[in-house]
Amino acid sequence: MEDIRFTPGLLPPEGEALRAEVRAFIAENLKGYPGVERAKSWAGSDPGFSRKMGARGWIGMTWPKACGGHERSALERYVVLEEMLAAGAPVSAHWVADRQSGPLLLRFGTEEQRRKYIPAITRGESYFCIGMSEPNSGSDLASIRTRGERTADGWRINGQKIWTSKAHTAHYMIALVRTRPQDPKDRHAGLSQFLVDMKATKGVTVRPIRNMAGEAMFNEVFFEDAEVPEDALVGTEGGGWGQVTTELAFERSGPERYLSSYQLLFELIRELGADAGPAAAAGVGRLAAHLSTLRQMSISIATMLETGEAPNLAAAIVKELGVAYEQDMPNRVHDIVGTSPRVAGGAFEQVMAYMTMAARSFSLRGGTREIMRGIIARGLGLR
Amino acid sequence: MTGQSETANILAETAGRLLEDHVTREVLGAAEDGVWPEDLWRALEDNGLTQPLAPEDKGGLGASFADAFVIAFAAGRRRAPVPLVETMAAGWLLGRAGIDVPPGPLALIDGAAALTVEDGVLSGVAESVPWAARSGHLVAEADGTVLLVPAGTAAIAPHHNMAGEPRDTVTFDRVNPTAAGALDLEATVPVARTLGAAMRAAQMAGAMEGAVILAVRHAQDREQFGRPIAKFQAIQQMLARAAARAAQARAAAETAFLALDRAGGDLTGAEWDVAAAKVVAGEAAEIVYDAAHQTHGAIGFTYEHELHFTTRRLWAWRGEFGAETFWAQEIGQRVLARGAGNLWPDLTARQRR
Repeated sequence: MEDIRFTPGLLPPEGEALRAEVRAFIAENLKGYPGVERAKSWAGSDPGFSRKMGARGWIGMTWPKACGGHERSALERYVVLEEMLAAGAPVSAHWVADRQSGPLLLRFGTEEQRRKYIPAITRGESYFCIGMSEPNSGSDLASIRTRGERTADGWRINGQKIWTSKAHTAHYMIALVRTRPQDPKDRHAGLSQFLVDMKATKGVTVRPIRNMAGEAMFNEVFFEDAEVPEDALVGTEGGGWGQVTTELAFERSGPERYLSSYQLLFELIRELGADAGPAAAAGVGRLAAHLSTLRQMSISIATMLETGEAPNLAAAIVKELGVAYEQDMPNRVHDIVGTSPRVAGGAFEQVMAYMTMAARSFSLRGGTREIMRGIIARGLGLR
Repeated sequence: MTGQSETANILAETAGRLLEDHVTREVLGAAEDGVWPEDLWRALEDNGLTQPLAPEDKGGLGASFADAFVIAFAAGRRRAPVPLVETMAAGWLLGRAGIDVPPGPLALIDGAAALTVEDGVLSGVAESVPWAARSGHLVAEADGTVLLVPAGTAAIAPHHNMAGEPRDTVTFDRVNPTAAGALDLEATVPVARTLGAAMRAAQMAGAMEGAVILAVRHAQDREQFGRPIAKFQAIQQMLARAAARAAQARAAAETAFLALDRAGGDLTGAEWDVAAAKVVAGEAAEIVYDAAHQTHGAIGFTYEHELHFTTRRLWAWRGEFGAETFWAQEIGQRVLARGAGNLWPDLTARQRR
């Protein structure tokens, strides 16, 4: 069994100056932004806001300057992210590009791909989505059937993706596609990643799916003889699995893993007021205790990553704990307040109603709770 | 502020080795029957592990809380049946109040006990005092004053917690302390309670790690349906969840000890981190002892198996020096009084370098 220790880390002083800048920016740009919109957290979208963030240099913060990045530390980026999330800022337009697609292209892409795609991402103008899940491939990602075949001057893609967040607004998808038949001895071989221009590629159809909270954020995406050029391939043909697992590791332990339901805690405290009585205070205190601890653990991982460590087990643990916390929040708020919120009631009721429904997705996205626990179990030596 | 200090590495190694050697199944069982493990105590004291927090000129090592954490964690991990953490905390209190630290085990009285000092004379009843009858001196806190009292001057009635650890009722009837000194600290919770809670949180984190290790080992060894039960997803999922919560408790406790180091003369900020650690530890314990016992099956329910030495302590320690509800109320009231808009700024300001 690995020793699981979270080296206590603290954010560097330069992060605090930046924090003040971000708070001033938020105060100016999100004045009067309603609680129920803030509650959408990193699913809330506003391209105008994304462009303003880009102009401030807060997208692609750690990337090389040669590509339009800003070469700041991962801990400074952490400060910007957590401030945006705590305020419920609408960051989803550029979120995937900043968190996953950009780093993926920088790591595995060609020089030409970097020059072509990265600068627009950092300006907050170019948005990405990730085509992984399929109707019969959820947790078992290696079983995907969407296939890519070589053509004279590129690749032809056929198949279907599903649950693709933001596919209806993104400019590009990075799609995981099978380019060689599945080898029963190595299920993970023969997968490749392609950059698909969502606006210009013929044969790509996007159909939004309404979720139980009433929003249309994820989609079905159909590929019918969709032709992409040779240079749409990202990284190596057949090496997609390794690239994808690296990509998923980027997104396991950030502040978005415990702050998704922060607006509900915020509205709860407002609703209760200063004299709520000891039972309500204890309920709030428990939620605050976890918030405090999870932030410490998340910062600890960020610090370890900054010093070149690869705390994969610890990162999976933060995701397990953070997701459990943010998903459990509506239950605990129910214990404290005990009301059936009206969807068009006051700010507290609106956020409570929205979060109760939205929280169902928290333990599914980015790898289910059960997959995460499987990763932890492997670290314990049980598998 | 990353990694453990060299001192902490040495203390962790020494404490871990001593405790592993001395705290056997037999010693644990005998301790519950009232046998004092003198060899263990002697070894701990000879190696300076009982007074890491007292200043060097008062008889201690003058180490930091961050360094002391590793001893408290190891004490919980190995279930040391001696008042090691109580003596450490009492030593810090004495040092802080300018009082020389006597050798031997010290009993730390929870600062929430109803004690009064009038004209330097101590009166009142303190319940569930750890190891009072086994300690040479009792250390109490009343009205911001730390008092060192020879155990022989108080009336001590023996009791035990559910782990069989001595938790005595101590009655002071106009007792003259050997020494007294002002703490001179800003605090909203009695300091002896905060320190005790921090120690229990660290012990609980250690105990939880121990419970997870026992359960993982058992799952790997125990075969049913032709394979180790570790291969069943139900077991994997349950233990993964428990291990995550144990790791959270450790991170929270370690953070609390670091906060105590940074506190200086004002403990109110550190109280938040101690509160969080005690709350998180108590909630995690529920999940960890459930998973550990469920994995062990009937054998873990026997007195013969060692698991209960860990899990019974977890149950007992949850309630000592303030249970989750006490500490959750403490920070919950602060959060509500400050209002929603201050929660995030307050949090980020507190967790700053």
